[in-house]
Amino acid sequence: MNFYLAAVMLGLGFIALGFGIFISMRIFNIPDITTDGSYTLGGVVTAVILIKFHSVPMAMAASVLAGIVAGSLTGFIHTKLRVNALLAGILVMTALYSVNLSLMGRSNIPLINVPVIYDWFAFITDAVMRQLTILILITLTLLLLLSWILKTDFGIAIRATGNSETMVRAMGVDTSKMKIIGLGISNGLVAMSGSLISQYQGFADINMGIGIIILGLGSVMIGETVTTVLKVESIFGRLVGVIVGTIIFRLILAFVLSLGIDPNYLKLITAAIVLTVVCIPTLRKARN
Amino acid sequence: MIELNTISKTFNAGTPQQVRALRDINLTIADQEFVIVVGANGSGKSTLLNVIAGVAMPSSGTILLDGMDVTHWEDYRKSRWIARIFQDPFMGTASELSILDNFRLAAIRTHKKGLSIGIDSKFKTKVQERIAMLGLGLEDKLEQRMGTLSGGQRQALTLIMAVMDDAKIILLDEPSAALDPRTAALIMAKANEIIREFGLTGILITHHLKDAALYGNRILLMREGSVVHDIKADEKRKMTVGDLQNWFV
Repeated sequence: MNFYLAAVMLGLGFIALGFGIFISMRIFNIPDITTDGSYTLGGVVTAVILIKFHSVPMAMAASVLAGIVAGSLTGFIHTKLRVNALLAGILVMTALYSVNLSLMGRSNIPLINVPVIYDWFAFITDAVMRQLTILILITLTLLLLLSWILKTDFGIAIRATGNSETMVRAMGVDTSKMKIIGLGISNGLVAMSGSLISQYQGFADINMGIGIIILGLGSVMIGETVTTVLKVESIFGRLVGVIVGTIIFRLILAFVLSLGIDPNYLKLITAAIVLTVVCIPTLRKARN
Repeated sequence: MIELNTISKTFNAGTPQQVRALRDINLTIADQEFVIVVGANGSGKSTLLNVIAGVAMPSSGTILLDGMDVTHWEDYRKSRWIARIFQDPFMGTASELSILDNFRLAAIRTHKKGLSIGIDSKFKTKVQERIAMLGLGLEDKLEQRMGTLSGGQRQALTLIMAVMDDAKIILLDEPSAALDPRTAALIMAKANEIIREFGLTGILITHHLKDAALYGNRILLMREGSVVHDIKADEKRKMTVGDLQNWFV
């Protein structure tokens, strides 16, 4: 398979992750580290259920649900027990490591001879086309669903919560509840990404989530750079930006790897790219 | 009607930093009364407003709104009755959201924020009409981000937002303190107009004795957590800025 096409496919698998980070980081302004654990959780739950029950819908639903529970727990610890958001996320992420390990019973589960979501649409005979179609369909569904939710009255309340807490409480919104629900949705999406990627790679691994938050953040920020340049402000446009950002990020990583750089440096390169993107606004200001 | 019965609020109780911000306040505010609260810094004015709004919980005493005990209700629950205008013009609005989104939230302040899209052409027209009443030329900028507006513009919009949904009470904590004199006068006049027109019960904290003399039909002076003067209707009307100044010497 074409090297860059593979990168795009992997990128499509990571779009749910990008959306999840967009919600926690951009809408709620909470750097939610739970992500690293809930992404793995999604992969792990998927693998365990696929091995045991051979049911893709069940595996995917359970993964998303598990992610929602993990995210809500972080939200609960943050809002009700009044623990710093960053620390609340780290606590849940750390606890999830043990949960994931005990669910799997070992550190890695290969997905061989089990059905995966990419077996659907069997009428498309070309495997790559089939995977691509399925991933694009999932991406479009998520895009439409999220942009609709964020435009509803509930969505406006969610967006205002991360922006002006005093105002939104004066408007009758229970901000704690909003944060718990919001982090739940965010981590549900992240877990979905973990599920999609583990099925794509053909295994779930206890370490698959390490540094994943940076990957998501990088996607969101590259997308924002694009939307800022194009002066896009609508919610739909910003979500499309996340999709574009995720794909661009994957292509950059693929390009870097194609230069023959040792894959062991992948995380280092990822961090460097994200740092660069994060610094773009500062550098721009300094130049003006 | 707002009833405060022996309301006290002590910060840092039992420590050397203990502050008794409110001391056994008994206060009944009738419907459509417009109460002006004056007092030196640290006299407990803001704490009084915060306790009524549900931002701060009283240490003792009870609060009744229309006869219902709401002493320990948090601010978002009390928003059923209460609309609030803040000293900082940026606090009453969400800067990253469009003007329209801000107004949508205000329009459903007392309602559930459900999974349906409430912004349609009918709603837009309604918001446009309301904003046009301000005469600031903002009615054609509904899609613009709130953050692109000035403090005065945002404070003016906050006033209109307060009456987008049913409100009985409006709490104003120095709403014009951060504004230039001309805009401040405009905001105060608009606030007064809205309170009259919508038959609201209003509580206004202000340091401007001119405003205190000009507006309202009742005035309270607070000192060290207590209400030391309480002047109503006819007597209030006779009071001049000079009379009020004498309270502070």
